[in-house]
Amino acid sequence: MERTHHKQEINMTDALIARINELISHYPADKRKSALLPVLHEVQDGHDNWLSIELQDKVAEILHIKPVEVYEVVTFYTMYNTKPIGKYMFEFCQTSPCCLKGTEDLMDYTCDKLGVKVGETTADGLFEVRGVECLGACGYAPMMQLGDFYKEHLTEDKIDQLITDCRDNKIILHDK
Amino acid sequence: MKVTIDGQEIEVEAGTTILQAARMIGGESVPPAMCYYSKLQGSGGKCRCCLVEVAKGSDADPRPMPKLMASCVTGCMDGMEVNSKQSDRVREARQSVTEFLLINHPLDCPVCDQAGECDLQDLSFEHGKSKSRFIEEKRTFEPEDIGPNIQLHMNRCILCQRCVQVADQLTDNRVHGVMDRGDHANISTCISKAIDNEFSGNMIDVCPVGALTDKTFRFKSRVWFNKPYNAHRECTTPGCCGKTTVWMFGDEIQRVTGRKDVYHEVEEFICNSCRFDHKDPSDWVIEGPREFDKDSVINQNNYTQKLDTVTIATEEGILKGREQDRKKISMLAIPLDKEDQEKFNHGNL
Amino acid sequence: MSRKILLDKINVPGIKTYEVYRKEGGYASVEKAMKSMTPDEVVEEVKKSGLRGRGGAGFPAGMKWSFIDKKSGKPRHLVCNADESEPGTFKDRYLMEFIPHLLIEGMITSSFALGANLSYIYIRGEYMWVYKILERAIAEAKAAGWLGKNILGTGYDLELYVHCGAGAYICGEETALIESLEGKRGNPRIKPPFPAVSGLWANPTVVNNVETIASVPWIVNNSGDEYATIGIGRSTGTKLISASGHVKNPGVYEIELGLSVYEFMNSDEYLGGMSSDRPLKALVPGGSSVPILPADLIYKTANGEDRLMTYESLSDGGFATGSMLGSGGFIVYNDTSCIVRNTWNFSRFYHHESCGQCTPCREGTGWLEKVLWRIENGQGREEDIDLLWSIQSKIEGNTICPLGDAASWPVAAAIRHFRDEFEYHVRFPEKIKNRNHFVEEPFAQVKHLVTKQTV
Repeated sequence: MERTHHKQEINMTDALIARINELISHYPADKRKSALLPVLHEVQDGHDNWLSIELQDKVAEILHIKPVEVYEVVTFYTMYNTKPIGKYMFEFCQTSPCCLKGTEDLMDYTCDKLGVKVGETTADGLFEVRGVECLGACGYAPMMQLGDFYKEHLTEDKIDQLITDCRDNKIILHDK
Repeated sequence: MKVTIDGQEIEVEAGTTILQAARMIGGESVPPAMCYYSKLQGSGGKCRCCLVEVAKGSDADPRPMPKLMASCVTGCMDGMEVNSKQSDRVREARQSVTEFLLINHPLDCPVCDQAGECDLQDLSFEHGKSKSRFIEEKRTFEPEDIGPNIQLHMNRCILCQRCVQVADQLTDNRVHGVMDRGDHANISTCISKAIDNEFSGNMIDVCPVGALTDKTFRFKSRVWFNKPYNAHRECTTPGCCGKTTVWMFGDEIQRVTGRKDVYHEVEEFICNSCRFDHKDPSDWVIEGPREFDKDSVINQNNYTQKLDTVTIATEEGILKGREQDRKKISMLAIPLDKEDQEKFNHGNL
Repeated sequence: MSRKILLDKINVPGIKTYEVYRKEGGYASVEKAMKSMTPDEVVEEVKKSGLRGRGGAGFPAGMKWSFIDKKSGKPRHLVCNADESEPGTFKDRYLMEFIPHLLIEGMITSSFALGANLSYIYIRGEYMWVYKILERAIAEAKAAGWLGKNILGTGYDLELYVHCGAGAYICGEETALIESLEGKRGNPRIKPPFPAVSGLWANPTVVNNVETIASVPWIVNNSGDEYATIGIGRSTGTKLISASGHVKNPGVYEIELGLSVYEFMNSDEYLGGMSSDRPLKALVPGGSSVPILPADLIYKTANGEDRLMTYESLSDGGFATGSMLGSGGFIVYNDTSCIVRNTWNFSRFYHHESCGQCTPCREGTGWLEKVLWRIENGQGREEDIDLLWSIQSKIEGNTICPLGDAASWPVAAAIRHFRDEFEYHVRFPEKIKNRNHFVEEPFAQVKHLVTKQTV
C-alpha cells in the first residue's frame, strides 16, 4: 500500500545507544532481533514519539536485520507511530467495560474542548485524542493512557485539569 | 504407516502430511490448497481451505480430533482415518472459507489477467455460492508500484504469504512483507520500492490469485487464447534451470512462466531473465505442447480439438433473443397497449 | 474472611520493595526449593496442587510443566505471560504493580523446577510503568543474590528479564507471544509443535500466566496438598477476579474458588451489589470472550443449583445456559446497558486485534463488526440476526488460534440470550438513535413490542 513518508531528524544520543545495548544484552548474542520491540519503544520515546522510515532503517542496522523486518513489526503493533503525532496523546480506552462508565461522553467532551475529532492533532501540535482498545483498567474507568502512565477514574474536571497541566508543561510522559 | 482418506487406503512414510497423502491418492479427495506450496518451507496452515475431519487419530489413540484440521500441516499417524470430500462438515467448512475469501475480493475476473488459471476461481466454482450475503463496503487498498515487471493488485490478495516465502527462500534480500494487521494486512514494501532481484518473478507463479501478475503480459491476452509450450534455453543465471512454459499467440511469445503441475505448483523456479527478457521464439528450444488437466479452461484452445465453424444467427439469436427467453417475459411493469404489444411480440420495441 | 494467598501481604506498607518483601517471608520458596527439593519434586507439588492456568484456558499447570522436553538437551525457557489484554481483566497488572517480588520469586522457583536458565516476563507495552517496576525489582533481586550465577551456592544459574510488547491482544496467545518475543509480528504459530517441544528460538518453553506463576511460591512453601484443600473439586486454590461495570466496588479481589456468585456480587467484602438502584441485567464472568449470561442464569444454573465461582459451575449447562471462568474478568451490566452495543463493541475489539493470518478470523471478525454496527445504528435487517449467527459459527473452530472462537462466542451468546433485543433494534430503528437508548427507556419497558403475542 502506498504510504506518505515524513521526514524526521535522527538523534541517537549516547544514553539512548547505551540503553539499546543494554536491551540487546538481554538476549543471546545470536538473537539480537529479539530486542526489536523494546528497542523500538526506546527509540520512539527519544524521537517525539514516532518512527520515520529512516529511523526504522537505523534500528534495522543496529539489530543486523533487514529493514522490511522492522517495517512489518512497526505496522503490526499499535503503539508505534509512523507519522508525527500530538505531543500529549490522550488515548481513551473505548472497550465495553469502560463505555459502561461513560467513556464515549468523556471523549466527546475532550474533543469539543480541544476542538478536534478523534484521531486529529490540535493545530499547535500539542494534543491528540485517540480511542484505543482495552488497556486493562476496566475497574477504574473511565480512563486513558498519557505517555507511559494511566489516568484513571476520569471526570470532566480531571480532563480540564490535565489539559491545563499539559499546557503548563507539568506532565511527565516517560519514566526514564 | 497406513492412512485412510475418504475410504481409500495408502501407505506413507512418517512425516507425510494428510494433504501430501491425499495428493498421492489423487482425485476428488485432494483438499484444495490456497496457501500451502510444497516447494516453500513454512507455507500452509493459513487459508484454512484444506480443512479435513480426522475421524480416527491413529491406531494407538483412535479418538477423533474434535476440530477440523488443516491437512497441509497435520502429520499422518499410523491407522489415521480422514474424511475429506465425503464429510458434510468438511464441505461446509470449505464453503465458509470460500465465502470469507470472496467477501472482500473485488470479483473483477473479467479484467484480471489471472482469470482462467486462478485458484480462487477454481475454489469458488467448487465450493462457492452464486449469491453473496455481504452487503457492506468492500475493503480496498491504495495501489503500490513495485517495479517494471510485477503488478501488485492488493485488493485481490488472499494473504497466503507465498510471495514472502519466495523472497525469503530464493533471494537473500527480501524487501517486501506483510504490513499492518487484521483485515488490513497487506503485502507491501512499505516504501514503494521495486522488488528487483533475479528470482522475484517467481512471486507471480506462486501467487494463487491475481494479486501478483506479469506486467509484461498485462492485458495482452486471456490465458486461454494462448498456446502453452514446454521450452528451454541455456540459462546462465546461477540457480535457474532454464526450463519454462512459453505462452504463444501465433508466432509471438506473450508470456513465460515456470512449468506448473496439476496442483499449479511450478516444477522448478526460473529466473527473471528467462521470464521477462526472452520473448523471441528464437531464444527457446520448443519441446512441445504443455499438458493441462482435463478441466482446465486452457484446453479451450488446445491443439487437437476439431474446430467447428460457428454460425451466428444475428437476427434470430441476438437482436430478438431466443424464443424461450422471450416467452419468459410475461409480466411488465405497465401493461402495454395493443399496438405496443404487437410490436413487442415481434421483438422490435 | 476467606483465605488469601496472593494478596495476603498486599496492604503491608512498602511491600513493593525488596527489603519489606523479604522481611515478610519473601523468597522462602526459592530457598526451600533449591536447598531441599529436586526440580522434579517442585513439579510434583504443583501437580498435586491442582493449580490450573489462570490466563483463561484453565489447563493444569503441573501437567503443562511435565510436558517440557528435557531429553533434547536444548536450553529451556520459562516465559511469563503478562500480556494481559482480555477486556474486563486487570488482575495481573495489580499483582505486578503492588507486589512485584511475588512474581519474581515465582519465576525463580518455577524456572528452577523446569531447569530453565534464561526466563522472560512478557508484559504488554501499555503497562510501561509496570515494566519499569519489574525491571527495578529484578535488579533488587539480582543484587540480593536470587538471580545470576550459582544461586544460593547450588550451582543453578538463572537470568530473568522483562520484555515489553507494543499493543497487540493476540500476543496473549502463547505462540504469538513467543513470536513477538523473537522480535516478529505476533502471528500465532501452527501447533503442533507445542512450545513445550519447540518454543522460544525453537527451544522447549513453558508459557504461564502471571497469576499462575505467583501461586507457585505458596504451593512450594505450604505443599500442593495444602493448596488443593482450598476450593472445590478440580477448581483448587484461590483466583483473582477483576470486577468492572455497574457494581459498587469494582477492583481486583482474591477469592477462594467455590464462592457463590451471589455472595461475590452482593457481599460487602466483595462487590457490594450494584452501583445504583438499577437492576442487574447480564454478566460476563470471565473476560470479553466468554459467553454473556442473562440475569436468570447468573445466580442459579439452569437446573436450579447455586452458581459458584468455579471452572465447572460457571460452565454448567455448556454454552446453552452456562459460560466460563476464563481469566476472571467479571463485567456486570445493569438494565441501562445495551447488549447489541456491547456485542458490537466486543466485535470491534476482536476485529481490531485479529492478526490477519488465517482467513476465517481475518475476514469474519470484520464482517461481524460491520453487521453489528448496522444493527446498532438502525440499519439492520431482520435477516442480519441469522447472518450473524451463521458468520460466527463459520469462524468458530476453523481458525489457527483461539481468537476466532473468542470473537464468535460473545456474538453467539448475545443472540442466544438476547435475540429480542436485536429484533428490537432492527424493527424500531428510530428508538435506538441515541447511543444511550436504554438509559431513559430500559429494554424491559419496551420488550412487549417485540414479544410474540398469543391471542
